[in-house]
Amino acid sequence: MKFSDFVATDAIRSDVEAGTKPAVIREMAEALVEAGRLPAGELEGIVKAIMKREDLGSTGIGRGVAVPHTKHPSVDRLVGTVAVSRKGIDFESLDGEPVHLFFLLVSPPDRPGDHLRALENISRQLRDDAFCRRLKASNTPADIEHLLEEADSHGVVT
Amino acid sequence: MTQETISREVVVGIEQGLHARPADLLAREARKWQSRIELVADRQRADGKSILELLTLAAEAGTRLVVEATGPDAREAVDAIGGLFDRNFSEPNSHT
Repeated sequence: MKFSDFVATDAIRSDVEAGTKPAVIREMAEALVEAGRLPAGELEGIVKAIMKREDLGSTGIGRGVAVPHTKHPSVDRLVGTVAVSRKGIDFESLDGEPVHLFFLLVSPPDRPGDHLRALENISRQLRDDAFCRRLKASNTPADIEHLLEEADSHGVVT
Repeated sequence: MTQETISREVVVGIEQGLHARPADLLAREARKWQSRIELVADRQRADGKSILELLTLAAEAGTRLVVEATGPDAREAVDAIGGLFDRNFSEPNSHT
């Protein structure tokens, strides 16, 4: 699976205002609503579901990365977005590091395979230091969009 | 003897596959042991102490993996991680 298969480019944020875990999750979900990828009426329910999932264990997976996510019946295909925090946010990650890179995913309840393949794509790209460095240094949503396109087509050039 | 390698086959029984939460539980367990711990799939190996690497396996329900540990506490580590799979990471089983 590629980033272009699930990332809503209009919802990408290169400099989130949020300073806390609940705030960044809300900001990203709102971005998906504004981009027309999530129904506005479902926003509260989706944010609540993502936070409930975080209560089971943080999705801060290390190396300054988090993948907050939930299943939700309001989507019929996997939808996601990417955000970068300049200052970093405490996400109760396994390695204790603040999180700078966020990938938020909302998937239909009956498609666990798609969710797994999106996580696989994200984690595979994030193993690449050049990708992480350039994502963190992105100044605009367009920079991030180009970086994701580059990763999709042939991997990132240092 | 201190660098003994122990391995054991496990099967992913979780309905949703080895997603973020079980990967997190696995990495947390693996980090309790000194041994180097790897999860081996058909075509790749992942560091058992890294969630990021475990997620690159994209191991769906029914996938067979080998838990491999090398180090002074290899046997205990493989038993502990094998136990997580045996207990299905406390998640719904794909067969129920």
